[in-house]
Amino acid sequence: MPTLPKLDYLDRLEAEAIHILREVAGQFQRPALLFSGGKDSIALVHLARKAFRPGKFPFPLVHIDTGHNFPEVLQFRDELAAELGEQLIVRRVEDTIKQRGLREPGGKFPSRNALQTYTLLDTIEEFGFDACIGGARRDEEKARAKERIFSVRDEFGQWDPRRQRPELWNIYNGQIQLGENVRAFPISNWTELDVWNYIQREHIPLPSIYFAHERRCVVLPSGQLLAVTEHLTLDATDELTTRQVRFRTVGDATCTAAVESDADTLEAIIEDIVQAKVSERGATRLDDKISETGMEDRKRNGYF
Amino acid sequence: MDLLRFITCGSVDDGKSTLIGRLLYDSDAVSLDVLAALEEQNRTSAAGTVDLALLTDGLRAEREQGITIDVAHKYFTTARRKFIITDTPGHVQYTRNMVTGASNADLAIVLVDARQGVVEQTRRHSLVAALLGIRHFVLAVNKIDLVGYSEQVFRDIVADYAAVADQLGIRQVTNIPLSALNGDNVVKASANLPWYQGPNLLAHLETVDVAREASTDAGRFQVQYVIRPQTAELPDYRGYAGRIQSGVYRAGDRVVVLPAGIETTLEAIEINQQPVEAAVAPQAVVLRLTDDVDVSRGDTIVPLTQAPEPRRELEATLCWMDERPLRPGRKLLVQHHAAKTRALVQAIVSKTNVQTLEQQDADEARLNDIVRVRLKTAAPLAADAYRDNRTTGAFILLDEQTGATLAAGLIEQTALAEPEFEI
Repeated sequence: MPTLPKLDYLDRLEAEAIHILREVAGQFQRPALLFSGGKDSIALVHLARKAFRPGKFPFPLVHIDTGHNFPEVLQFRDELAAELGEQLIVRRVEDTIKQRGLREPGGKFPSRNALQTYTLLDTIEEFGFDACIGGARRDEEKARAKERIFSVRDEFGQWDPRRQRPELWNIYNGQIQLGENVRAFPISNWTELDVWNYIQREHIPLPSIYFAHERRCVVLPSGQLLAVTEHLTLDATDELTTRQVRFRTVGDATCTAAVESDADTLEAIIEDIVQAKVSERGATRLDDKISETGMEDRKRNGYF
Repeated sequence: MDLLRFITCGSVDDGKSTLIGRLLYDSDAVSLDVLAALEEQNRTSAAGTVDLALLTDGLRAEREQGITIDVAHKYFTTARRKFIITDTPGHVQYTRNMVTGASNADLAIVLVDARQGVVEQTRRHSLVAALLGIRHFVLAVNKIDLVGYSEQVFRDIVADYAAVADQLGIRQVTNIPLSALNGDNVVKASANLPWYQGPNLLAHLETVDVAREASTDAGRFQVQYVIRPQTAELPDYRGYAGRIQSGVYRAGDRVVVLPAGIETTLEAIEINQQPVEAAVAPQAVVLRLTDDVDVSRGDTIVPLTQAPEPRRELEATLCWMDERPLRPGRKLLVQHHAAKTRALVQAIVSKTNVQTLEQQDADEARLNDIVRVRLKTAAPLAADAYRDNRTTGAFILLDEQTGATLAAGLIEQTALAEPEFEI
């Protein structure tokens, strides 16, 4: 008799995520995997390999490109798609702004984060996607903590927290009406630290900006550091500095702050996180501070 | 490190959210910026102290009304365990969310206000948690500070609850007096409760043994997705992707594909494209069969010696979750994990009175009712009784038109009992 495998919590989280990915594949006609180039969506791609190889992925990778991405991340995205041999669909917020005559966000640190909702909804319509897989986690934020694993959105992409379906056992209800679609979150139950531990265990490559490097930054009034890029309009009063930094999340260059760190290996990053006293979103996201319910408002409007 | 999933339940204002906030706060799972946001909110509100419930009540309407509407998930880790907490609403109209939370939990913390004692919601939630197969209960007698840390009050509530537990067949109850607001006995022992000798809440959660021995359960596996690369290198590869729902699978096992009843052999079990000798629940695997048989999504592959009989008639307990009442004769969709088929509600047999916990006659099921029904399905289901298998004994009912989830279903038996003698 062979000895039976002993499963630790990462094995259980992995099994749950693979199960969810396969439910998406089994229940929907036109699913897509939303790929941002961030560590969570990179982990999703790794899980998709485990779920579907030696077959092809039953969905394309879709990237909503705000135009404010870090070049290292875009390069990583293209190399990963090529290595996978899977379809990559890129749709640009830039194009949506032109087509719909939207106004570019103003201000010193313009964020296209809100505008990407339009591009996402247009892309869903263009390809007729009935399910979009995302790497959101419930530990990220309070409104996310109440999100289902299969989250039904109406034809306007809206999320209504009062009308969420009860989600029982590990039975995922993907039965929808025409025009509705589902957002599916396979790593809902993972924490930031779980993702890092998994990346380390599985030796998953990441874009270089996750690791400590020297970067020219502007110091914000809050003390946070923002990478100097062509999207920022700087003036003489801005305090510029060159620091050893890394990024904990990879969003837009205009709204994702860098953290000072010497952590240049996965071991060091995990050590950093264990020690960290500031939560992931709080440390790095400028857009959630706009109002107390920032995330809830954006989710209601169709944001991921 | 292992994982414990637990729910907190109780009546409105029993302080569930505060208790979770306290667990997170005192176990250092709350980070500085979240605390800063909390303190900011408290400056603008009337109460002077840090309101720990704000850590879990995330939606605007919840904060405005000071209640929990929806299931919230929280995560924390100690040196001994990783925890997933499901915070469920106390209001009657949201009992369905409690059912949702209980369906995935190993342990339930039943909160009781020391001033109120055991109330209807205590019974209802304990009933739901026990019904959904939770075996480990903590009776947390909260707000013990508001009754002067009285041992007598605690003992009376413990005795009242023991009667409820007994009636529901709950065997494992750990009784803990505490104050979530002040932190007494949540993560550290309290000097205010010298008469209490048991563990504090966190110490209990860290050490309670809820593990199941996988090898004693019947092998169950449902096909979620068929992998067919159809490439030059793998022209004939067919892999049946799914999750082991219970028990153990071994390469070389004789198996049967249900509901068709075709016997074959497990040629290989693959994980991440590598063959393994054995796999256990809840691993996600790919099964390959020696014979070229017709297998598709929703089919069940089980060891030949442990096969259930696929049935089209089920007797089940439903937790009804829809505003529109259920009456006999209604057609619905039944989703048994990856299997989906139409079903007819033939009869509503009885309804559980949540006050007395007794069965009574009923001809309809209303929102939040717990009823026993007989169902007939269009296609046979390879299912088990819920008491034998918390996965394959479970299903949900969907509205055919909208797809809405209408009920949680727990299979009592997969066919009506045959009379022992011909009469």
